[in-house]
Amino acid sequence: MKYLISLLVGLIFGVALFALALLFNPFVGRQELSPLSVSDDEVAILSYSAVSTDLLLYTSDADSITQLHPAEAADLWEPAIRDSELLIASLTNGRGMPAGIGVKISTSAESTRVLHSEAIANSVWFVYMPDRGAVVVYQQENYWAYIRDIVIPAWRSSSDSWKGVWSRNMTSGPGALGTARVIGLSGQFAGLESVAVESLNARAYSMQQGPVSITGSLSIEIPNAESSPDVAAAQQ
Amino acid sequence: MIRTFIVGLFLGLSAAGALAYFVPVVDLHREASLVKVEPNGGNSEEFRVNLPDDRIAAGIAGADPAANFPAGLNWPSEEGLGGSTVEVFKLRNSNDRVIGLAARIESKKESTGPFVHWMLHLPARGSLFLQMSRAGAGGEFRPGKLVGGTREFELMSGAVREFYRTDVENADLGISGRLELVTSLVGPVGEQ
Repeated sequence: MKYLISLLVGLIFGVALFALALLFNPFVGRQELSPLSVSDDEVAILSYSAVSTDLLLYTSDADSITQLHPAEAADLWEPAIRDSELLIASLTNGRGMPAGIGVKISTSAESTRVLHSEAIANSVWFVYMPDRGAVVVYQQENYWAYIRDIVIPAWRSSSDSWKGVWSRNMTSGPGALGTARVIGLSGQFAGLESVAVESLNARAYSMQQGPVSITGSLSIEIPNAESSPDVAAAQQ
Repeated sequence: MIRTFIVGLFLGLSAAGALAYFVPVVDLHREASLVKVEPNGGNSEEFRVNLPDDRIAAGIAGADPAANFPAGLNWPSEEGLGGSTVEVFKLRNSNDRVIGLAARIESKKESTGPFVHWMLHLPARGSLFLQMSRAGAGGEFRPGKLVGGTREFELMSGAVREFYRTDVENADLGISGRLELVTSLVGPVGEQ
Protein backbone atom coordinates (compact mmCIF):
# COMPACT_ATOMS: atom_id res chain seq x y z
CA MET A 1 0.00 0.00 0.00
CA LYS A 2 2.75 2.43 0.96
CA TYR A 3 4.42 1.83 -2.40
CA LEU A 4 1.20 2.67 -4.20
CA ILE A 5 0.84 5.90 -2.21
CA SER A 6 4.48 6.74 -2.89
CA LEU A 7 3.95 6.15 -6.64
CA LEU A 8 0.83 8.35 -6.67
CA VAL A 9 2.57 11.15 -4.76
CA GLY A 10 5.47 10.88 -7.22
CA LEU A 11 3.04 11.10 -10.15
CA ILE A 12 1.36 14.20 -8.72
CA PHE A 13 4.73 15.84 -8.09
CA GLY A 14 5.83 14.94 -11.62
CA VAL A 15 2.78 16.56 -13.20
CA ALA A 16 3.12 19.63 -10.96
CA LEU A 17 6.83 19.93 -11.76
CA PHE A 18 6.06 19.78 -15.48
CA ALA A 19 3.38 22.47 -15.18
CA LEU A 20 5.72 24.74 -13.18
CA ALA A 21 8.56 24.22 -15.65
CA LEU A 22 6.22 25.17 -18.51
CA LEU A 23 4.89 28.25 -16.76
CA PHE A 24 8.14 29.59 -15.40
CA ASN A 25 10.42 28.67 -18.27
CA PRO A 26 12.78 31.68 -18.25
CA PHE A 27 13.68 31.24 -21.91
CA VAL A 28 10.26 32.12 -23.32
CA GLY A 29 7.99 35.13 -23.26
CA ARG A 30 10.78 37.68 -23.02
CA GLN A 31 10.01 41.08 -24.41
CA GLU A 32 11.64 41.66 -27.75
CA LEU A 33 12.24 44.90 -29.56
CA SER A 34 9.53 45.68 -32.09
CA PRO A 35 10.89 45.24 -35.65
CA LEU A 36 9.17 48.53 -36.52
CA SER A 37 11.19 50.49 -33.99
CA VAL A 38 14.10 50.57 -36.45
CA SER A 39 12.03 51.34 -39.52
CA ASP A 40 12.96 54.34 -41.66
CA ASP A 41 9.42 54.58 -43.00
CA GLU A 42 6.48 56.30 -41.42
CA VAL A 43 4.84 54.17 -38.72
CA ALA A 44 1.20 54.99 -37.97
CA ILE A 45 0.51 54.23 -34.31
CA LEU A 46 -3.16 53.67 -33.53
CA SER A 47 -4.20 53.13 -29.92
CA TYR A 48 -7.36 51.84 -28.30
CA SER A 49 -8.55 50.92 -24.85
CA ALA A 50 -8.95 47.15 -24.45
CA VAL A 51 -11.42 47.62 -21.57
CA SER A 52 -14.75 46.33 -22.88
CA THR A 53 -16.80 49.28 -21.59
CA ASP A 54 -14.44 51.72 -23.36
CA LEU A 55 -14.91 49.94 -26.69
CA LEU A 56 -17.76 50.76 -29.05
CA LEU A 57 -18.65 47.07 -29.10
CA TYR A 58 -17.24 43.93 -27.53
CA THR A 59 -18.80 40.50 -27.85
CA SER A 60 -17.72 36.91 -27.40
CA ASP A 61 -19.10 33.75 -25.82
CA ALA A 62 -21.33 34.88 -22.92
CA ASP A 63 -19.31 32.66 -20.53
CA SER A 64 -16.09 34.58 -21.12
CA ILE A 65 -14.56 36.68 -18.32
CA THR A 66 -14.73 39.92 -20.29
CA GLN A 67 -18.19 41.49 -20.15
CA LEU A 68 -20.13 42.09 -23.36
CA HIS A 69 -20.59 45.74 -24.28
CA PRO A 70 -23.21 47.06 -24.78
CA ALA A 71 -25.04 44.54 -22.62
CA GLU A 72 -27.63 44.11 -25.42
CA ALA A 73 -24.97 42.88 -27.86
CA ALA A 74 -25.58 39.38 -29.28
CA ASP A 75 -23.18 36.84 -27.82
CA LEU A 76 -21.21 34.42 -29.99
CA TRP A 77 -22.67 31.15 -28.74
CA GLU A 78 -22.80 29.14 -31.97
CA PRO A 79 -20.29 26.22 -32.01
CA ALA A 80 -18.31 27.58 -34.97
CA ILE A 81 -17.71 31.00 -33.41
CA ARG A 82 -17.75 30.41 -29.65
CA ASP A 83 -13.93 30.58 -29.50
CA SER A 84 -14.01 33.98 -31.21
CA GLU A 85 -14.29 37.54 -30.02
CA LEU A 86 -15.23 40.67 -31.90
CA LEU A 87 -14.54 44.27 -31.02
CA ILE A 88 -15.07 47.65 -32.61
CA ALA A 89 -12.80 50.39 -31.28
CA SER A 90 -12.34 54.09 -31.73
CA LEU A 91 -8.68 54.50 -32.64
CA THR A 92 -6.55 57.43 -31.57
CA ASN A 93 -3.25 58.61 -33.01
CA GLY A 94 0.01 59.20 -31.15
CA ARG A 95 -1.30 62.53 -29.83
CA GLY A 96 -4.50 61.00 -28.49
CA MET A 97 -6.66 62.54 -31.22
CA PRO A 98 -9.37 60.47 -32.98
CA ALA A 99 -7.83 58.75 -35.98
CA GLY A 100 -10.40 56.24 -37.13
CA ILE A 101 -12.37 53.10 -36.49
CA GLY A 102 -11.09 49.54 -36.15
CA VAL A 103 -12.95 46.23 -36.31
CA LYS A 104 -11.05 43.26 -34.86
CA ILE A 105 -12.10 39.61 -35.02
CA SER A 106 -9.95 36.99 -33.35
CA THR A 107 -10.19 33.27 -32.67
CA SER A 108 -8.16 30.84 -30.60
CA ALA A 109 -5.93 28.95 -33.01
CA GLU A 110 -5.46 25.22 -33.36
CA SER A 111 -1.74 25.91 -33.79
CA THR A 112 -1.57 26.57 -30.03
CA ARG A 113 1.18 24.41 -28.49
CA VAL A 114 1.67 24.58 -24.73
CA LEU A 115 4.98 22.73 -25.07
CA HIS A 116 6.26 25.67 -27.12
CA SER A 117 4.77 28.21 -24.71
CA GLU A 118 2.24 29.30 -27.31
CA ALA A 119 -1.34 30.38 -26.78
CA ILE A 120 -2.08 31.52 -30.31
CA ALA A 121 -4.99 33.55 -31.63
CA ASN A 122 -5.60 34.26 -35.33
CA SER A 123 -6.86 37.80 -35.68
CA VAL A 124 -7.83 40.24 -38.40
CA TRP A 125 -8.27 44.00 -38.20
CA PHE A 126 -10.12 46.28 -40.56
CA VAL A 127 -8.85 49.80 -39.97
CA TYR A 128 -10.47 52.88 -41.49
CA MET A 129 -8.76 56.23 -41.16
CA PRO A 130 -11.13 58.80 -42.72
CA ASP A 131 -8.43 61.18 -43.94
CA ARG A 132 -6.15 58.48 -45.31
CA GLY A 133 -7.91 55.25 -46.30
CA ALA A 134 -8.52 51.68 -45.21
CA VAL A 135 -6.29 48.67 -44.56
CA VAL A 136 -6.68 45.13 -43.29
CA VAL A 137 -4.15 43.59 -40.93
CA TYR A 138 -3.90 39.87 -40.26
CA GLN A 139 -1.73 38.28 -37.65
CA GLN A 140 -1.10 35.53 -35.15
CA GLU A 141 -0.90 36.71 -31.56
CA ASN A 142 0.75 34.80 -28.72
CA TYR A 143 -1.10 35.28 -25.43
CA TRP A 144 1.18 32.97 -23.42
CA ALA A 145 3.01 35.78 -21.59
CA TYR A 146 -0.31 37.60 -20.99
CA ILE A 147 -1.83 34.49 -19.38
CA ARG A 148 1.31 33.72 -17.38
CA ASP A 149 2.04 37.25 -16.16
CA ILE A 150 -1.49 38.65 -15.71
CA VAL A 151 -4.32 36.11 -15.79
CA ILE A 152 -2.73 33.44 -13.57
CA PRO A 153 -1.51 35.95 -10.92
CA ALA A 154 -5.03 37.49 -10.91
CA TRP A 155 -6.56 34.03 -10.50
CA ARG A 156 -4.18 33.20 -7.63
CA SER A 157 -4.70 36.55 -5.91
CA SER A 158 -7.13 36.68 -2.96
CA SER A 159 -8.66 39.78 -4.52
CA ASP A 160 -9.11 38.03 -7.89
CA SER A 161 -7.24 40.84 -9.57
CA TRP A 162 -3.82 41.91 -10.83
CA LYS A 163 -2.15 45.29 -10.82
CA GLY A 164 1.23 46.17 -12.21
CA VAL A 165 3.08 47.45 -15.24
CA TRP A 166 3.25 45.09 -18.19
CA SER A 167 3.99 45.72 -21.83
CA ARG A 168 4.40 43.24 -24.68
CA ASN A 169 4.28 42.83 -28.43
CA MET A 170 1.45 40.36 -28.97
CA THR A 171 2.05 39.79 -32.70
CA SER A 172 4.05 36.62 -33.38
CA GLY A 173 3.45 36.14 -37.10
CA PRO A 174 2.95 35.37 -39.91
CA GLY A 175 5.99 37.55 -40.78
CA ALA A 176 9.36 35.96 -40.05
CA LEU A 177 10.28 38.79 -37.65
CA GLY A 178 7.04 38.45 -35.70
CA THR A 179 5.12 40.97 -37.76
CA ALA A 180 1.56 41.06 -39.04
CA ARG A 181 0.77 41.49 -42.74
CA VAL A 182 -1.02 44.58 -43.99
CA ILE A 183 -3.02 44.94 -47.21
CA GLY A 184 -4.02 48.45 -48.27
CA LEU A 185 -7.53 48.77 -49.66
CA SER A 186 -8.35 52.39 -50.41
CA GLY A 187 -7.25 56.01 -50.30
CA GLN A 188 -3.49 56.54 -50.03
CA PHE A 189 -3.18 52.92 -48.83
CA ALA A 190 -4.55 51.41 -52.06
CA GLY A 191 -2.15 48.70 -53.25
CA LEU A 192 -0.04 48.89 -50.08
CA GLU A 193 1.63 45.73 -48.78
CA SER A 194 3.32 46.25 -45.48
CA VAL A 195 3.81 44.98 -41.93
CA ALA A 196 2.39 45.83 -38.51
CA VAL A 197 2.83 44.96 -34.85
CA GLU A 198 0.17 44.99 -32.12
CA SER A 199 1.15 45.49 -28.50
CA LEU A 200 -0.62 45.66 -25.14
CA ASN A 201 0.17 47.83 -22.13
CA ALA A 202 -1.53 46.51 -19.01
CA ARG A 203 -2.04 48.14 -15.62
CA ALA A 204 -4.93 46.23 -14.06
CA TYR A 205 -6.95 43.05 -14.67
CA SER A 206 -9.84 41.48 -12.81
CA MET A 207 -11.14 37.91 -12.91
CA GLN A 208 -14.68 39.32 -12.67
CA GLN A 209 -14.62 41.75 -15.58
CA GLY A 210 -11.43 41.05 -17.54
CA PRO A 211 -9.21 44.00 -18.55
CA VAL A 212 -9.62 46.97 -16.17
CA SER A 213 -6.80 49.15 -17.47
CA ILE A 214 -5.24 47.83 -20.66
CA THR A 215 -4.33 49.79 -23.77
CA GLY A 216 -3.66 48.27 -27.17
CA SER A 217 -1.52 49.79 -29.91
CA LEU A 218 -1.41 48.86 -33.55
CA SER A 219 1.74 50.09 -35.31
CA ILE A 220 1.49 50.00 -39.10
CA GLU A 221 4.51 50.67 -41.30
CA ILE A 222 3.60 52.85 -44.29
CA PRO A 223 6.42 52.83 -46.85
CA ASN A 224 6.75 55.88 -49.10
CA ALA A 225 3.67 57.45 -47.61
CA GLU A 226 2.74 61.06 -47.99
CA SER A 227 2.70 62.45 -44.49
CA SER A 228 -0.74 62.62 -42.92
CA PRO A 229 -1.91 65.99 -41.60
CA ASP A 230 -1.12 64.71 -38.08
CA VAL A 231 2.43 63.72 -38.93
CA ALA A 232 3.02 66.96 -40.82
CA ALA A 233 1.77 68.97 -37.85
CA ALA A 234 3.98 67.01 -35.48
CA GLN A 235 7.04 67.62 -37.67
CA GLN A 236 6.55 71.39 -37.83
CA MET B 1 9.90 3.70 -1.23
CA ILE B 2 12.08 6.57 -2.46
CA ARG B 3 12.68 4.62 -5.66
CA THR B 4 8.93 4.19 -6.17
CA PHE B 5 8.49 7.94 -5.63
CA ILE B 6 11.16 8.71 -8.23
CA VAL B 7 9.57 6.26 -10.69
CA GLY B 8 6.22 8.00 -10.05
CA LEU B 9 7.86 11.41 -10.56
CA PHE B 10 9.23 10.42 -13.96
CA LEU B 11 5.95 8.76 -14.90
CA GLY B 12 4.13 11.99 -13.98
CA LEU B 13 6.57 14.11 -16.01
CA SER B 14 6.24 11.78 -19.01
CA ALA B 15 2.44 11.60 -18.80
CA ALA B 16 2.12 15.39 -18.56
CA GLY B 17 4.53 15.81 -21.47
CA ALA B 18 2.64 13.28 -23.61
CA LEU B 19 -0.67 14.96 -22.73
CA ALA B 20 0.70 18.38 -23.66
CA TYR B 21 2.07 17.03 -26.94
CA PHE B 22 -0.81 14.89 -28.15
CA VAL B 23 -3.99 16.51 -26.78
CA PRO B 24 -5.00 19.66 -28.69
CA VAL B 25 -5.71 22.63 -26.45
CA VAL B 26 -7.94 24.25 -29.06
CA ASP B 27 -10.27 22.08 -31.13
CA LEU B 28 -12.44 24.32 -33.30
CA HIS B 29 -15.87 23.21 -34.44
CA ARG B 30 -16.05 22.63 -38.19
CA GLU B 31 -19.05 22.76 -40.46
CA ALA B 32 -18.70 21.03 -43.82
CA SER B 33 -17.43 23.41 -46.52
CA LEU B 34 -20.21 23.59 -49.12
CA VAL B 35 -18.00 24.29 -52.11
CA LYS B 36 -19.10 23.73 -55.73
CA VAL B 37 -16.43 22.93 -58.30
CA GLU B 38 -16.71 25.06 -61.44
CA PRO B 39 -15.84 24.01 -65.00
CA ASN B 40 -12.70 26.22 -65.07
CA GLY B 41 -11.22 24.34 -62.13
CA GLY B 42 -12.10 27.01 -59.60
CA ASN B 43 -14.72 26.75 -56.93
CA SER B 44 -17.83 28.61 -55.90
CA GLU B 45 -19.19 29.09 -52.39
CA GLU B 46 -22.16 30.94 -51.00
CA PHE B 47 -22.15 32.84 -47.71
CA ARG B 48 -25.34 34.23 -46.17
CA VAL B 49 -26.45 36.81 -43.62
CA ASN B 50 -30.10 36.56 -42.52
CA LEU B 51 -31.49 39.97 -41.62
CA PRO B 52 -32.16 41.17 -39.07
CA ASP B 53 -31.24 38.16 -36.88
CA ASP B 54 -27.57 37.89 -37.86
CA ARG B 55 -26.78 41.57 -37.43
CA ILE B 56 -24.56 41.99 -34.34
CA ALA B 57 -24.01 45.73 -34.67
CA ALA B 58 -24.51 48.60 -37.08
CA GLY B 59 -22.97 52.05 -36.62
CA ILE B 60 -23.68 54.96 -38.92
CA ALA B 61 -21.51 58.04 -38.38
CA GLY B 62 -23.39 61.30 -38.30
CA ALA B 63 -26.82 59.64 -38.18
CA ASP B 64 -29.48 59.77 -35.49
CA PRO B 65 -28.07 57.67 -32.56
CA ALA B 66 -31.33 55.72 -32.55
CA ALA B 67 -30.36 54.33 -35.97
CA ASN B 68 -27.42 52.50 -34.44
CA PHE B 69 -27.74 48.88 -33.32
CA PRO B 70 -27.80 47.41 -30.67
CA ALA B 71 -29.34 49.86 -28.24
CA GLY B 72 -26.57 51.37 -26.16
CA LEU B 73 -24.07 51.44 -29.02
CA ASN B 74 -22.45 54.84 -28.56
CA TRP B 75 -21.16 55.44 -32.09
CA PRO B 76 -18.68 58.34 -32.49
CA SER B 77 -20.04 61.45 -34.13
CA GLU B 78 -16.75 62.84 -35.48
CA GLU B 79 -17.30 64.82 -38.63
CA GLY B 80 -14.43 62.97 -40.31
CA LEU B 81 -16.31 59.69 -40.17
CA GLY B 82 -19.32 61.20 -41.93
CA GLY B 83 -20.86 58.96 -44.55
CA SER B 84 -19.32 55.76 -43.23
CA THR B 85 -21.24 52.71 -42.06
CA VAL B 86 -19.84 49.73 -40.18
CA GLU B 87 -21.91 46.58 -39.80
CA VAL B 88 -20.89 43.26 -38.25
CA PHE B 89 -22.77 40.02 -38.74
CA LYS B 90 -22.81 36.32 -38.02
CA LEU B 91 -22.05 34.53 -41.28
CA ARG B 92 -23.84 31.39 -42.49
CA ASN B 93 -23.19 28.78 -45.17
CA SER B 94 -25.79 27.76 -47.76
CA ASN B 95 -27.26 25.30 -45.22
CA ASP B 96 -27.96 28.27 -42.91
CA ARG B 97 -25.43 27.08 -40.32
CA VAL B 98 -23.33 29.77 -38.64
CA ILE B 99 -19.73 29.32 -39.81
CA GLY B 100 -18.08 32.64 -38.98
CA LEU B 101 -18.25 36.40 -38.59
CA ALA B 102 -18.28 39.19 -41.14
CA ALA B 103 -17.79 42.95 -41.20
CA ARG B 104 -19.12 45.21 -43.96
CA ILE B 105 -17.68 48.71 -44.13
CA GLU B 106 -18.95 51.37 -46.48
CA SER B 107 -17.75 54.93 -46.97
CA LYS B 108 -18.96 57.68 -49.26
CA LYS B 109 -16.04 59.97 -48.47
CA GLU B 110 -14.46 61.45 -51.59
CA SER B 111 -11.06 62.15 -50.01
CA THR B 112 -10.27 58.42 -49.71
CA GLY B 113 -12.51 57.33 -52.57
CA PRO B 114 -15.90 55.82 -51.78
CA PHE B 115 -15.71 52.09 -51.01
CA VAL B 116 -17.54 48.99 -49.87
CA HIS B 117 -15.42 46.30 -48.21
CA TRP B 118 -16.19 42.96 -46.61
CA MET B 119 -14.00 41.09 -44.15
CA LEU B 120 -15.09 37.47 -43.65
CA HIS B 121 -13.60 35.44 -40.81
CA LEU B 122 -14.16 31.67 -40.78
CA PRO B 123 -12.42 30.47 -37.59
CA ALA B 124 -11.57 26.97 -38.79
CA ARG B 125 -10.60 27.99 -42.33
CA GLY B 126 -9.19 31.52 -42.60
CA SER B 127 -10.26 35.01 -43.61
CA LEU B 128 -11.22 36.71 -46.88
CA PHE B 129 -10.90 40.42 -47.67
CA LEU B 130 -13.27 41.59 -50.39
CA GLN B 131 -13.35 44.85 -52.28
CA MET B 132 -16.73 45.60 -53.85
CA SER B 133 -17.66 47.92 -56.66
CA ARG B 134 -19.61 51.01 -55.61
CA ALA B 135 -22.07 50.56 -58.43
CA GLY B 136 -24.34 47.55 -58.69
CA ALA B 137 -24.51 45.51 -61.90
CA GLY B 138 -27.89 46.23 -63.41
CA GLY B 139 -29.45 46.50 -59.97
CA GLU B 140 -29.18 42.73 -59.48
CA PHE B 141 -25.94 42.41 -57.59
CA ARG B 142 -22.81 44.28 -56.59
CA PRO B 143 -19.63 42.85 -58.14
CA GLY B 144 -16.34 42.67 -56.31
CA LYS B 145 -13.05 40.85 -56.02
CA LEU B 146 -10.94 39.02 -53.47
CA VAL B 147 -8.00 41.26 -52.54
CA GLY B 148 -6.44 39.03 -49.90
CA GLY B 149 -6.94 36.06 -47.66
CA THR B 150 -5.37 33.97 -44.97
CA ARG B 151 -4.73 30.23 -44.53
CA GLU B 152 -7.11 28.33 -46.85
CA PHE B 153 -7.71 31.50 -48.90
CA GLU B 154 -4.17 32.92 -48.88
CA LEU B 155 -3.25 31.91 -52.43
CA MET B 156 -6.72 32.27 -53.93
CA SER B 157 -7.93 34.95 -56.31
CA GLY B 158 -11.24 35.60 -57.97
CA ALA B 159 -14.52 37.42 -57.99
CA VAL B 160 -17.46 37.84 -55.65
CA ARG B 161 -21.05 39.00 -56.08
CA GLU B 162 -23.13 40.57 -53.32
CA PHE B 163 -26.91 40.07 -53.54
CA TYR B 164 -29.64 41.47 -51.35
CA ARG B 165 -32.69 39.22 -51.48
CA THR B 166 -36.13 39.98 -50.16
CA ASP B 167 -37.79 36.89 -51.61
CA VAL B 168 -36.65 34.84 -48.61
CA GLU B 169 -38.89 36.65 -46.14
CA ASN B 170 -40.07 34.28 -43.42
CA ALA B 171 -42.18 35.75 -40.62
CA ASP B 172 -41.97 32.55 -38.55
CA LEU B 173 -38.18 32.67 -38.51
CA GLY B 174 -38.11 36.47 -38.28
CA ILE B 175 -36.21 36.82 -41.56
CA SER B 176 -36.99 39.97 -43.54
CA GLY B 177 -34.15 39.80 -46.05
CA ARG B 178 -30.85 38.19 -46.80
CA LEU B 179 -27.41 39.36 -47.87
CA GLU B 180 -25.66 36.75 -50.00
CA LEU B 181 -22.03 36.67 -51.06
CA VAL B 182 -21.20 34.24 -53.84
CA THR B 183 -17.47 33.75 -54.37
CA SER B 184 -15.82 32.29 -57.49
CA LEU B 185 -12.22 31.57 -56.56
CA VAL B 186 -9.28 29.84 -58.18
CA GLY B 187 -5.97 28.71 -56.72
CA PRO B 188 -2.59 29.65 -58.23
CA VAL B 189 -1.67 28.09 -61.58
CA GLY B 190 0.36 24.93 -61.07
CA GLU B 191 -1.21 24.08 -57.74
CA GLN B 192 -3.84 21.79 -59.21
